[in-house]
Amino acid sequence: MRYSAFSVFRNALDKHRGWSSAWRFPEPKPHYDIIIVGGGGHGLATAHYLAKEHGITNVAVLEKGYIGSGNVGRNTTIIRSNYLLPGNNPFYELSLKLWEGLEQDLNYNAMVSQRGVLNLYHSDAQQAAYTRRGNGMRLHGVDAEMLDRAQLKTMLPFMDFDNARFPILGGLIQRRGGTVRHDAVAWGYARAADARGVDVIQNCEVTGIRRENGRVVGVETSKGFIGCNKLGLAAAGNSSRVAEMAGLKLPIESHVLQAFVSEGLKPFIDHVVIFGAGHFYVSQSDKGGLVFGGDIDGYNSYAQRGNLAIVEHVAEAGLAMIPALSRIRYLRSWGGVMDMSMDGSPIIDCTPIDNLYLNAGWCYGGFKATPASGFCFAHLLARGEPHSVTRAMRLDRFERGYAIDETGRGAQPNLH
Amino acid sequence: MASLISCPHCGSRPKEEFEIKGAALPRPAPDAPQSEWFDHVFLRENPRGRYDEYWHHAAGCRRWLVVTRDTASHEVEACRDAAERVPA
Repeated sequence: MRYSAFSVFRNALDKHRGWSSAWRFPEPKPHYDIIIVGGGGHGLATAHYLAKEHGITNVAVLEKGYIGSGNVGRNTTIIRSNYLLPGNNPFYELSLKLWEGLEQDLNYNAMVSQRGVLNLYHSDAQQAAYTRRGNGMRLHGVDAEMLDRAQLKTMLPFMDFDNARFPILGGLIQRRGGTVRHDAVAWGYARAADARGVDVIQNCEVTGIRRENGRVVGVETSKGFIGCNKLGLAAAGNSSRVAEMAGLKLPIESHVLQAFVSEGLKPFIDHVVIFGAGHFYVSQSDKGGLVFGGDIDGYNSYAQRGNLAIVEHVAEAGLAMIPALSRIRYLRSWGGVMDMSMDGSPIIDCTPIDNLYLNAGWCYGGFKATPASGFCFAHLLARGEPHSVTRAMRLDRFERGYAIDETGRGAQPNLH
Repeated sequence: MASLISCPHCGSRPKEEFEIKGAALPRPAPDAPQSEWFDHVFLRENPRGRYDEYWHHAAGCRRWLVVTRDTASHEVEACRDAAERVPA
C-alpha cells in the first residue's frame, strides 16, 4: 500500500481498520542469491538497494532479534558529512545526498530534518583545526561555514560563552546536517525492500557459516540451514563474532556507547550542537526531549548497557556547555555495541573468502552512513567490485599502511 | 562494568581510578615477520566473554595490571600485576 495524504484520508473513512502490515513475516526459503546477516539499518538498506539498483530480489536479511532492536534504534539520530579525509568525505557526502531524497525513495516519513550540525571551538588551535576541516569539506564540494562568537550568541544565547575552561569562541556548522527519526529508517527500508520481494526474516540467529572447498555455501541458523550464492555480513557490534564463524579475525573491538534522552521540553535547541572538547553533543527531538551523548565507556563490551560514571560525566559536560540544563531530568539511557575499528573508519570490502563480503567497523558513526553503506555494499555484492567512494575502505588497508585515521590516534580503538 | 577492581597492591578500588589500555597480548619478537606484527597491532579476537586486558591504576599505585574480565557480564575474574610472570 502506497502511503500518501490520500491514503490517510481514505483509511479514515474506515476508522483506520484497513491498514495492512508494512512488511511480511516470511519463513526462510532453502536458498537465496544473496543473504545479508544483520537486519539493522545497513543490512536493510543493502537489501533495498540490491533490489532497486541492481534488480536482485532473491535476497534474505537475517536478523537475530527484531527489526530496529540493534544500533539503528540505539543512536542519537544525527546525519552529517563533515569529514576531513579524502577516503571518508565523498562516502559520507553520498550518504547525506541519499538522506535528502530518502523519504521520496522509500515512500516513508523518516522525519529528515536538516537543522544544521554545529561543532564548537574554544581556542585558536581548535579554530585552526576546524578551519582546516571546513576547507577540506569545501574542497570536496560539501557545505561548511565558520561562525564567530557573535553569530553563535544570536543562535544559542543560553550557552556558557565565558566558561573559564572552555570559553566558546565560535564554531563550524554544516547546515545540511541534521537529524532523522532512526526507527523510521529501519522500518522504511524494511518495508521498501520487502515490497520488492526481499525476505526480511526476524528472530533468525546465524549460528554458523557453512563452507565447501573454501567458498561459502550457506548459513546455519536458528531456523535451520539456508543456502546462498553470496553472503554479506552487516552485524555491527557482533561483526567479530560472525566473522569468526568463517575463520576471520578482524581489526575490530566491540565497545559500548551510551546515549540519553531528557524529559520533553518546549523548543529550546534548534540545531545539533557538538561540544567536542567536553565530550558532549545534544539535539532536541520533535517530541521535545533533548537527545544527547558523549564518549564510549572505553572498555570492550558486548553488553548493551553502560556505566554510571559516563552518565555523570556526560551530565557534567552538558552543564558546562548549557548551565540551564541543571534542572532537567534524565528520562532514559541506553547503550549500543559499537564495532570500533583500528583507525576509526569503516570497512566495506571483499574478504579472503571468495563469496563472503564484509560491512563493519562503523565505530559510533554508523547511523549517518546507513544509506550510503547500503548503496555501496549492494554495489559490492552485486558487481564484486567496490563503489568508487568506498575504494579506501578496504579490509587490508592496515596491513598495507593506508589507514584512514580522522583523529590521528593510531591502532587504539577506544580513542577513536 | 563491575564497579570495583581488586588491585593486588591497593585492594578493592572503584574502577574510575583505573584507565584501560586494551587487550593484553604476548608481544612478538622484534625480528618477527611483518605478518606477525600486523596481527599483534591490528587484529583482535574481540571475544564475547573472558578477556585479558591491560589496565593502569592511574589514581592509585600507578602500576600496570592485567585484569581478566568478562566482556558480556562485565565481571572481573582476576587481577595481577603486569610484571608478574605467569606460567604459559
